[in-house]
Amino acid sequence: MIAELGHFALILAFAVALAQSTIPLWGAHKGYAEPMRFAETAALMSFLLIGFSFAALTYAFVNSDFSLRVVYANSHSDKPYLFKIAGVWGNHEGSMLLWVLILALYGAMVAAFGRNIPPGLRARTLAVQAMVAVAFLAFILFTSNPFDRMDPVPVDGTGLNPLLQDWALAAHPPFLYLGYVGLSMPFSFAIAALIEGRVDAAWARWVRPWTLLAWSALTVGIALGSYWAYYELGWGGWWFWDPVENASFMPWLVAAALLHSAVVVEKRSTLKSWTILLAIIAFSLSLLGTFIVRSGLLTSVHAFASDPTRGVFILAILVIATGGGLALYAWRAPQMEPEGVFAPVSRESGLILNNLFLSVSAAVVFLGTLGPLFIEAFTGDQMSFGADFFNLAFTPLMIMLLIAMPVGAAMPWKRGDLPRVMKKLWTAAALSFLVGSIFAMWRSGGPLLAPLGIALAFWAIFGVIVDLAERVKLGRAPAGETMRRLVNLPRSAWGQALAHMGMGITAFGIVGITAWESEDIRAAKIGEMIPLAGYEIRFDGVERSKGPNYIIDGGMFTVFRDGEEIANLVSEKRFYTVQRTQTTEAAIRASLIEDIYIVLGDKQDDGGWAVRSYVKPFANWIWLGAFIMTLGGLLSLTDRRHRVGAPNRAKPAMVPAE
Amino acid sequence: MLAMASPAHAVEPSEILSDPALESRARDLSKGLRCLVCRNQSIDDSDAELAKDLRVLVRERLVAGDTDAEILDYVRSRYGDYVLLKPPLNPATALLWFAGPILLIGGGIVVWRQIARRPATPSVAAPLTESERARLQDMGIDAKGDRQA
Repeated sequence: MIAELGHFALILAFAVALAQSTIPLWGAHKGYAEPMRFAETAALMSFLLIGFSFAALTYAFVNSDFSLRVVYANSHSDKPYLFKIAGVWGNHEGSMLLWVLILALYGAMVAAFGRNIPPGLRARTLAVQAMVAVAFLAFILFTSNPFDRMDPVPVDGTGLNPLLQDWALAAHPPFLYLGYVGLSMPFSFAIAALIEGRVDAAWARWVRPWTLLAWSALTVGIALGSYWAYYELGWGGWWFWDPVENASFMPWLVAAALLHSAVVVEKRSTLKSWTILLAIIAFSLSLLGTFIVRSGLLTSVHAFASDPTRGVFILAILVIATGGGLALYAWRAPQMEPEGVFAPVSRESGLILNNLFLSVSAAVVFLGTLGPLFIEAFTGDQMSFGADFFNLAFTPLMIMLLIAMPVGAAMPWKRGDLPRVMKKLWTAAALSFLVGSIFAMWRSGGPLLAPLGIALAFWAIFGVIVDLAERVKLGRAPAGETMRRLVNLPRSAWGQALAHMGMGITAFGIVGITAWESEDIRAAKIGEMIPLAGYEIRFDGVERSKGPNYIIDGGMFTVFRDGEEIANLVSEKRFYTVQRTQTTEAAIRASLIEDIYIVLGDKQDDGGWAVRSYVKPFANWIWLGAFIMTLGGLLSLTDRRHRVGAPNRAKPAMVPAE
Repeated sequence: MLAMASPAHAVEPSEILSDPALESRARDLSKGLRCLVCRNQSIDDSDAELAKDLRVLVRERLVAGDTDAEILDYVRSRYGDYVLLKPPLNPATALLWFAGPILLIGGGIVVWRQIARRPATPSVAAPLTESERARLQDMGIDAKGDRQA
């Protein structure tokens, strides 16, 4: 019964979305207040309806209602509670429901907190948002109904893919969708602005918080996925350039570009049409990501949810949204005149350079991911573009971005002076060179370029610190003055500092783990000592035990350094009895210097066990950096400019008051 | 990644060559060869049977004294370009390989022309004195007349 109510609520939400996508548009066109206000009521209503529907599905999962096909196919009665809930989105139907739930959540947030947005723009934005909702609700109702019943009702479910029964992977999709779907907000704002034919500083100020939120959530989602791959897949890889990873990485790159270009629109009222274009592209790439994951078109190892008919439906949504958006753009964008003027050397130019690097790198990822498909379509040749391609084609762009980042960030608006900025930054350059040299001596061996990579990462980090020191006049003004300046720095400045620093930190981790990883693979006898990178790892044997819904073979290891015991580690092989599949849980002794990473393999014929041990230097900095980037994004989000009294649109010529 | 369902164990201890130099070459070569049945995984990362066969094949050729290029050619002649994770440079792939530089230069030219077309700051007022600047900064406004971001 509850499932039927959930289904019914979803159908109602579809009807509401249809109304929301049309009536407010008409109202905004005619200037009628009531139909415009309807958008808010409708947005709140669809959120309640879809929320109810989602709750109904969750209820079915938690109570193991196997009369629902999705519950039967993705859950099992003896699965831990947390994964019964995570099971709701651990499958195609449920994850699409989560998708529209988050979409409705964003709509409701605009309705609830968007009081300062002019009624016309708000109504149009919510209407565009509702169009996306119509498309995806239709997709769910017609091709992926989570409330399908089964008759007869099976006794028990087939269980959730064991690899998905993991906290990081349980949290991965909600964050990723918060990011993907969040990019529908700048998209809707962009389309609404194109319909209105008006983009100004105020518009950028309304778009930025949504972009920040989406980008921060995407950062978390991607980092969680990467961290999960690191500890779960058994050899400590953290990025594979897999199409599905790329699908989330492209919107991330473009959203980062959008964040920066929206600043230029906000502060300098220029770069408008480019920003609009980025907003359209960012959401198109989100849709592309959804398409890639949901269609299995690029047969990737993520192919757990593939179905071609569904793929065609999402492709249609993608084509209409992107095509429609771009057509509208081509029609209206030329009317948008840039206002602010600036010199070739200025913060504006720095931000444009940032946009150039980020969008070209997104394009490279796009081509590497979809290129093989085009090549196959035109020449019939099958090609693989693996990690080597991306490392060669993508990395140089990131290097350039990192080199330019501190320079651009230290540049003043309108007109800058490169030698003067470089003079400010020379301390950062010297310090990073010093750190690079220290690493060259400390970590001998490894590629020759590695210390340069370290120096580059620290250039980004020290660049931030020097710029902050400069802004608070550290050492040049009395301490009290410096303190006061430090306290008075706006949150967005701190946000920027953290995000840039996070970039450097992630880069540091990537260089470290790539350059200085050590590995040992052997068939180890019980009691055998494995020497590796200054450690000695003793294999103590294997013990069998029982987990909640799996059987464990735990390989026990003792790690010594200089003859002293420093850690006892257990690497698990889990055998999930329902699915009859195995997963591995690496034994990891994590630290900021290096991770000791041990994986128990199969039993060998001679009585030993396959054991893989790795020492992975600075691995954790990769995710730490991502975390700091997210923190930066969220801190910016709390900046008072985004919270209170948005500027009055009636006086667009004025510098917007705060 | 999820289809790596069973433990992705890749290189087995029994496959490893006793000569570390050869083994290290084998690992590098394996990282560039695609596991044809799993896709998007190199044979070095895959636990599929075929990947194991290919790993063993690579090592056999290494022991027989083949160069890296000879081994790649050999594998390619048997499985086609598809097996190479780093596709060879040919007219079809050139566009992908050079997309980055082309877009960067092209985009750079467009950007430069846009910026150069605009008039730079039209008139430059007399710079503020240090005391004026300090007073402005006390009011939360930087020297350019913008509110501080």
